[in-house]
Amino acid sequence: MSQVENNRKFDLLITGVGGQGAILASDIIGKSAVAAGLPIRAAETHGMAQRGGSVVNHIRIGEDLGSMIPKKGADLMLALEPMETVRYVEFLKDGGVIIVNTQPVIPVTVTSGLAKYPDVSEILDVLSEKYIVKAFNADELAFEAGSKLAMNVAMVGALSGYLPIPKETLLESIKALVPQKTIEVNIRAFEMGRRKVEES
Amino acid sequence: MTMREYMLGNVAIARGLLEGGVQVIAGYPGTPSSEIIDTLACREDRDYYIEWSVNEKVAMEVAVGAAWAGVRSVVTMKHVGLNVAADPFMTLAYAGTKGGLIALVADDPSCHSSQNEQDTRRYAQFALVPCFDPSTPQEAKDMLPYAFEFSEKFEIPVIFRPTTRISHGKSDIELGDIPVEKPAPNFEKLLDRWVMLPKNARLRHTHLLSIQQPIEDALAESPWNSLELKSGANLGVIGAGIASVYAKEAIVELGIEASFLKIGSYPVPKKLILELLKTVDAVLVFEELEPIVEEQVKMIAQEAGLQVSILGKANGFVSREGELDVSAFLETLNKVFDLKIEPEPTGTTLELAPRPPSLCAGCSHRATFYSMRKVFGKDAIYPSDIGCYTLGIQSGTVETTLCMGSSISIASGLYHAGEKRPICCSIGDSTFFHTGMNSLLNAVFNKADITVTILDNRITAMTGHQPNPGVGFTVTGEPTVQVSLAELCKAMGAGFVSVVDPYKLEEIQEAFKAAKEFKGTAVVIARQPCVISGKRAGIRKILYIVDPEKCEGCKQCVKFGCPAVEFDEEKKCATITALCSGCGVCAQICKFEAIQEAKK
Repeated sequence: MSQVENNRKFDLLITGVGGQGAILASDIIGKSAVAAGLPIRAAETHGMAQRGGSVVNHIRIGEDLGSMIPKKGADLMLALEPMETVRYVEFLKDGGVIIVNTQPVIPVTVTSGLAKYPDVSEILDVLSEKYIVKAFNADELAFEAGSKLAMNVAMVGALSGYLPIPKETLLESIKALVPQKTIEVNIRAFEMGRRKVEES
Repeated sequence: MTMREYMLGNVAIARGLLEGGVQVIAGYPGTPSSEIIDTLACREDRDYYIEWSVNEKVAMEVAVGAAWAGVRSVVTMKHVGLNVAADPFMTLAYAGTKGGLIALVADDPSCHSSQNEQDTRRYAQFALVPCFDPSTPQEAKDMLPYAFEFSEKFEIPVIFRPTTRISHGKSDIELGDIPVEKPAPNFEKLLDRWVMLPKNARLRHTHLLSIQQPIEDALAESPWNSLELKSGANLGVIGAGIASVYAKEAIVELGIEASFLKIGSYPVPKKLILELLKTVDAVLVFEELEPIVEEQVKMIAQEAGLQVSILGKANGFVSREGELDVSAFLETLNKVFDLKIEPEPTGTTLELAPRPPSLCAGCSHRATFYSMRKVFGKDAIYPSDIGCYTLGIQSGTVETTLCMGSSISIASGLYHAGEKRPICCSIGDSTFFHTGMNSLLNAVFNKADITVTILDNRITAMTGHQPNPGVGFTVTGEPTVQVSLAELCKAMGAGFVSVVDPYKLEEIQEAFKAAKEFKGTAVVIARQPCVISGKRAGIRKILYIVDPEKCEGCKQCVKFGCPAVEFDEEKKCATITALCSGCGVCAQICKFEAIQEAKK
C-alpha cells in the first residue's frame, strides 16, 4: 500500500485553541499538497473542542495510509499558542522543529483563578532542551501585515520553508481559500512569517 | 485525467452518496455525522430530497418510506442516534427494502463528543444486517455506491459505519461520476412485506436468516476485504476498519514478517479468515472497541479444529476502550512478544492549565444558568440534557446528563421518588423537539412538580447550527412554519409557561421565582439567539467596557465565567476583551456600575 518515497513524507502537527484558524492553516497545506501531486491525510478536532478548547490537527504529507501521527513521529509542530505546544509535544520526534506563536490565549480556568498559566519564557526554555524552537509573536506580525486574523497564515508562511511543497503552490491555495478582500493582507502575513524563520 | 480533491471525510461521504444515486436523505445532527447533510443541503444542483428530521427514529422512517417507494435513501445519525431509531430498524431488517437503504451511523471511539462509545457493528449483528466499516475517507466514498447496490440486491437495509477519524479526517479524494438517470418512485402494495403482522413477521424472520450465508459469501468477494499471505510468516494480523491502516503502517515501517487480512465488511469473510488461520501459528486481531472480529475468528478456528493462538482484547493485548493508532499497535506488539521495551519518557514536567471547552462569550445559556442558580440555590437538583449547555456543568446547574430528552423525565423520577428539594431541569430547543416533548407530556400527565427550562437559542448549535421546527426554515433555507414552543407546552397541558429574555436578569429571575412557587409542571422558555448564529445573521450589539475608576476589584463579573471578562492582577481591575458580544449581563451583575456600554 505505502508507495510514497520517504523523502517526500512530512508529518506535521498544528496545535492551538479553537477559533485560532488551525483548520484553515491545515486546509491551505492540504490543498497545496494535492496540487503538488502528493497524497495527504489529516485529522481534525471538531465539535466539543471547538468551544475555546484545546485543538490539535495531524497532517501527513506523502502519506497514503492513516491520518494519525504516531507518538514521536511528527517532523514539525506548528503551535499557534505557546501552552498548547507542551500539551501535544509527545507526538514530536526528538530533535524535531517547533514553530511557536508566543502570544498566549488565557483559558477560563486561569481567568477564574482555578489554574496558573505557565511562564512563556519557561515553556520555550524547556522545549529548547530537546527540540529546535523558532519563536516569535505571530499575532503582532499579522497585525503589522494588516490584520490580527491573518495570524494563522503568517504561521503557515513561517512553516513554508520546511514543507515539500513549492512556495508558489501554497500562495495559490491561500488565494483560493481566504476571503477575496483579505488576500493581500494574508499574502503579506505569509511573506513576513516566512522571512521571520529564514532570518532566525 | 482523474479529478482529485482535498476534502473532509464527511464531504467525501456526501460525494459517495451522490455517486450512488441517492434520492432521499434524512437525518438528525450528531457529531461526527452532521457535515454529511450540511454538505448535501448546500449543493445548488440538487436532484434529491433532503431534510433535517426532528429525531433519528423519524428520520429512519422517512428513509424507509422512500426505499419502499423504490428509490435509494439514506438516514444519517451518530451512534447513539441508532438507539432512538432502533425500533423501526430492527423490524425493517425483517421487512427489507426495495430501493437501497443505508443507515449511516457514525461511531465515536474515545467519546470525543459523545456520552458513550458503543460499537454500531453490534447492532448490525443484532439486526442481522450487513455493515460496511471504511478504513479511509477514499474507501468510505467508494463503498457507498456499492452499499446501495448491495442493499438492493438482497433487498435489505445496510449499515455504513464511519468513525470520527474517517468523518473528521481529511484526504485527497479521487472522484467518480454522479449518475444522471434515477428511477421514478413506485410504491408496490406488497402487504406481506410492509405489514408486519405476526404471520408475516414469522415468514420474514425465516427469510432474513436464509439470506445470511449468501450475504456473507457476496461480501467475502467484495473489494473491502483483502488477504495478503506472506510465505513463511507464522504471524497473521487481522485489521478491521480504520484500525487496519494503523496496523498496516506499523508492519510496513518495522518490516514485520506477517500475513495481513484487512476486513471492511460484516458478516466477516469466513473464507478468508480460514485461509489465514491455516497458514499461521498466531493471529493478532486489531480492531477498535468491541471484539467483534475476534469473537468470530475464535468461533471459526474452533469449528475448523485449528490450534492457532488468537490474540486480541480477551487476553488484554488490545484495548476494548477508546480509539487505536499506530502507537497502540506497537504497544500491542510489545506485549505480545514481551519485548520489554520501556516507553521512552515524553513530554515535559511543566504544569499546564486545563483548557476545557466553554460556553462562548455572551452565550445566553450562561446567563440563564446564572439566574437559575440565584433563584433555586445550591440545594436544588439540576437535571440537564445534551447540547452546548451541558457545559453549564461549570455553572453548577448541570447535575445529570444521560441521553437526548432525559432531563425532564429524570426530573419527574426524582420528584416521584419523594425528593423534597426543588428540581429545575434544562433542555435545549432542538433536544426538546427531539425527545423532550414526550417527557414533558408525561411530566404534566403524571403531575410532576418540577420546573422545566427550555434554553431556546433558536438553532441546533452544538452540532453546527442546523435548523429545527422552531426556527422557521428548512435544511435548504426554505421558509416553513415556525412552531411555537410556548403554544406547544400549553397544548400539552403545562399550567405555567413563561417566555423570557435571559439577558434581562431581573425578568428571568422573576419568572424562575414564579415557576418555583407554582404547584405542578412549570415551563420557563429562555429565548435568545445563539451568539454565533446571531453574529452570522448580522446582529451587532454595542460592546461593554470597564471604568477602572469605578471598579472595586470584587471579581463578581469574573466569577460569572464569561471568556471576555479578564482580571488585571496588577491594577486590581476587571477588563473586557475583544471577545465581548455585547450581551450586557456582566453590567447587570456589577454592583458598582463600573461596566458600561462603550461609546461609539
